[in-house]
Amino acid sequence: MKVRTTGTSALRRRTFTLGAVSVTAALVLSACGGGDGADSESESTDLTTAGATTLTMWVDAERSPALTDITAKFKEDTGIEVKLVTKDFQQVSDDFITQVPTGKGPDLIVGPHDWVGKFVQNGVIAPIELGDKAGQFQDAAVKAMTYEGSTYGVPYSIENIGLLRNADLVAEPAATMDEVIANGKKAVADGAAEFPFLVGLDPKQGDPYHLYPFQTSMGAPVFGTDETGSYDATKLELGNPGGAEFAAKLKEWGEGGEGILNSSITPDIAKEKFSAGASPYFLTGPWNVPDAEKAGINLVVDPLPTAGDKPAQPFVGVNGFFISAKSQNTLAANEFALNYLTTEAVQDSMFEAGGRPPALTASFDKAASDPVVAAFGEIGANGVPMPAIPEMEQVWADWGSTELALIQGQGDPAESWATMVTNIQSKIAK
Amino acid sequence: MVDQLDTPIRGAKPVGQRPPERRRTSESLGGTLAKVVLLGLTDAFAVYVLIALFLNEKWAVLAVAALVTLLINWIYLRRGGLPAKYLAPGVLFLVVFQVFVVVYSGYVAFTNYGDGHNSTKADAISAIQLTAQKRVPDSPSYQVSVVEKNGELALLVTDPDGTVELGSVDEPLAEVDAELDAGGKAVAVDGYETLKFNDLLQRQDEILELRVPFSDDLDDGILQTSDGSTAYVFKPSLVYDEAADTFTDTETGEVYTDGGEGAFVSSNGERLATGWKINVGFENFAHAFTDPGLRGPLLGVVAWTFTFALLSVLLCFGLGLFLAVTFNHSGLRGKRIYRTIMILPYAFPAFLAGLVWSGMMNQDFGFINNTFFGGAQIPWLTDPWLARASVLLVNTWLGFPYMFLVCTGALQSLPEEVNEAARMDGASNWRIFRSIKLPLLLVSTAPLLISTFAFNFNNFNVIFMLTGGGPRFEDTSMDIGATDLLITLVYKVAFGQGTGRDYGLASALAVLIFIIVAIISTVSFRQTKALEDVNS
Repeated sequence: MKVRTTGTSALRRRTFTLGAVSVTAALVLSACGGGDGADSESESTDLTTAGATTLTMWVDAERSPALTDITAKFKEDTGIEVKLVTKDFQQVSDDFITQVPTGKGPDLIVGPHDWVGKFVQNGVIAPIELGDKAGQFQDAAVKAMTYEGSTYGVPYSIENIGLLRNADLVAEPAATMDEVIANGKKAVADGAAEFPFLVGLDPKQGDPYHLYPFQTSMGAPVFGTDETGSYDATKLELGNPGGAEFAAKLKEWGEGGEGILNSSITPDIAKEKFSAGASPYFLTGPWNVPDAEKAGINLVVDPLPTAGDKPAQPFVGVNGFFISAKSQNTLAANEFALNYLTTEAVQDSMFEAGGRPPALTASFDKAASDPVVAAFGEIGANGVPMPAIPEMEQVWADWGSTELALIQGQGDPAESWATMVTNIQSKIAK
Repeated sequence: MVDQLDTPIRGAKPVGQRPPERRRTSESLGGTLAKVVLLGLTDAFAVYVLIALFLNEKWAVLAVAALVTLLINWIYLRRGGLPAKYLAPGVLFLVVFQVFVVVYSGYVAFTNYGDGHNSTKADAISAIQLTAQKRVPDSPSYQVSVVEKNGELALLVTDPDGTVELGSVDEPLAEVDAELDAGGKAVAVDGYETLKFNDLLQRQDEILELRVPFSDDLDDGILQTSDGSTAYVFKPSLVYDEAADTFTDTETGEVYTDGGEGAFVSSNGERLATGWKINVGFENFAHAFTDPGLRGPLLGVVAWTFTFALLSVLLCFGLGLFLAVTFNHSGLRGKRIYRTIMILPYAFPAFLAGLVWSGMMNQDFGFINNTFFGGAQIPWLTDPWLARASVLLVNTWLGFPYMFLVCTGALQSLPEEVNEAARMDGASNWRIFRSIKLPLLLVSTAPLLISTFAFNFNNFNVIFMLTGGGPRFEDTSMDIGATDLLITLVYKVAFGQGTGRDYGLASALAVLIFIIVAIISTVSFRQTKALEDVNS
């Protein structure tokens, strides 16, 4: 009727943009190509005149400002300009996969490590050999960037969730989820709080990411690992006995039971309520800390509480820089990634811009003077990397919707969990 | 349509009509100037594009672009053919933005384009080779300088223990005497010229191709540098045999051959993750109808898509018409204010409205439950039937102003005499509306109803922003839910909400949707014509 932007036109637009981009890029490339030969004899250090020495990097709006200093320095040192192209974070990995094969993609891209599997499957990124620099990063960061024995990215930050506690409402940390619930309920009974416990869920898809520590503490990780410690898609461990127990817990905690988990509480609502002091606990990541601090909450980051007899391990996400497999400037891109983006100054400024704990040990140690960063870092050290294997994408939808149904009080826990495992298995087998 | 266009073109041709036209051209000097300037700009741009295409050796595109440029010039430089001059830009954009895209989607529908089949075979082979290069475990890193002799590159390598060696693609590493810098790194050697950083950049491709054998035995690995200053020993885990078109695993000896499905497959069915795009014929279409995981929900989704589109049209039209008739009453005061308020939802972007409504319909915190239902927990978006009703409600809210506007306009253009004549004959108000106004109204609004149906058939925004297609069906392993339309289903298939991205299948489904909508529209427009004939 009015805005005729339907899904198809979005699809179509995508292909068209591709075409348009390729035309423009063709123009740019040819323009560069034209100037190439003429200057190759010159001894000038300013290489921009020589052509073909502009690097393009796709970043999202949040990270872009943190990189301007280092790109300026790189240009000063080498004469190579790094063009930062701001892209929508939701779209950027898909765009990267579709555009790299056409030769029009960027030289570098910033993103989380769990993109790696998909990128490798589609043949769009090149391995980066960190060499001796690997030792300067936290082990977990390098491990996350390693896929099938090769390293694919220069890590810059590590992030994971933790349990935020409002120390005015509950004074002492708790080790198990049962204690957390008891403390929370007491706070509510005293009239000090409105909710015993908060976690941002999605009323459409659920949120297995935030609930994962409870699941691991009951002994049901998503995938098992092979002898090298990387995830093995053939070993789906969701169906471990602990899985059904966890499913039963979800229903018990859910809307039909104790009401600890409520699918109507979206991440926004959860943040708002915690910042308003309406709950003693908030299960979330460092990204929600600044708002809570600004609201004057007396905030402490506690280790993740366990629900079973195993440690509560969250997913650890590592952000980093990747190099395109079809970059025309691989050498320059490697130089920039390995010798500039790994410096302390860059990792410091990325931390200041995004608040995510740095992956470079030296930068992390500096940032860890803040107890919140230190606490998140400690939790992350016990975490497990988010699986980067492409099969992981086949897990999310079923996993989320099953957990959502259980939280909403629907279905028999053991039965629906088993159905979910079968569904995921059949999808992976395809 | 075609007939109407043709007639004036033919009419412009006769020689007899030339004199008046010549007068017209001589009169508008400004027009001629504008024409020259605009055409000049277009041609300048075209030449630029053509040169770029030529340099990139894109011959097919070059030929098409050249033809189009010639055609445009011919249209605007020749005398007469005025309609073509008006139509050319529109047709050009139609072809570029619509026809090309539709045809391209059609093409993709016959390929396996998607995750793991992302590019050409050559790309896949080089990507596999790239990822198969594994650094030899626990091997040290070597400081290197890239040196040149007679245009051939070589690596000047400084071992961690200080030994200096030189090697090139043909010559394995051999010890040499070299000049060291302050840090003990070899930087120059007799007979060779050392490349500076900007030289390195100029010859990036050559340097990345520079694979120096570590020793006479290839099993010891190959020294490679990716930044021109540090090198590592690599050993490929897979080796490509160009003649046989196979990959061989260097450890297990397993041979992977092109299995004809766009991937390298071993004899026991194991495939290498990176594949390439191939044509698969009607496989995607067959898949849509035969995959049990897709077929079951697909029928439900098709049924709901039709229901949703039809009910949306009926509800929007019904409400819009009712309000239009009400506000058309001459005695009503403050009509203008009411009408303005009515149109507000129309001014709201649909995706934004979807998000806002989704917040208002939240079960525990939503405005609707808290304010209108006293905190009752009505699961607006999480119960399948309520979710369907909610989607329809929101879509009606979004769509009725349009129908209201259209009906108001149509009502006001109806001749008052008919109304009076009927009244003289003693017809009641209802009778006048049903037998006279509505049929007359339908003549002008029926085509809009059809296009509204086609639009709602593909109404992605409302569904995706409000419910995301959920709540999910319990009897399918696919991520498909009670409010999913065909178009959101296509989106989920294409952009991998749980199944990996499959552009081929998504395009096939999009083509099917296109066919359905095209058939419905054609049939309906035929019907409308009949309606016009009856009434006139």
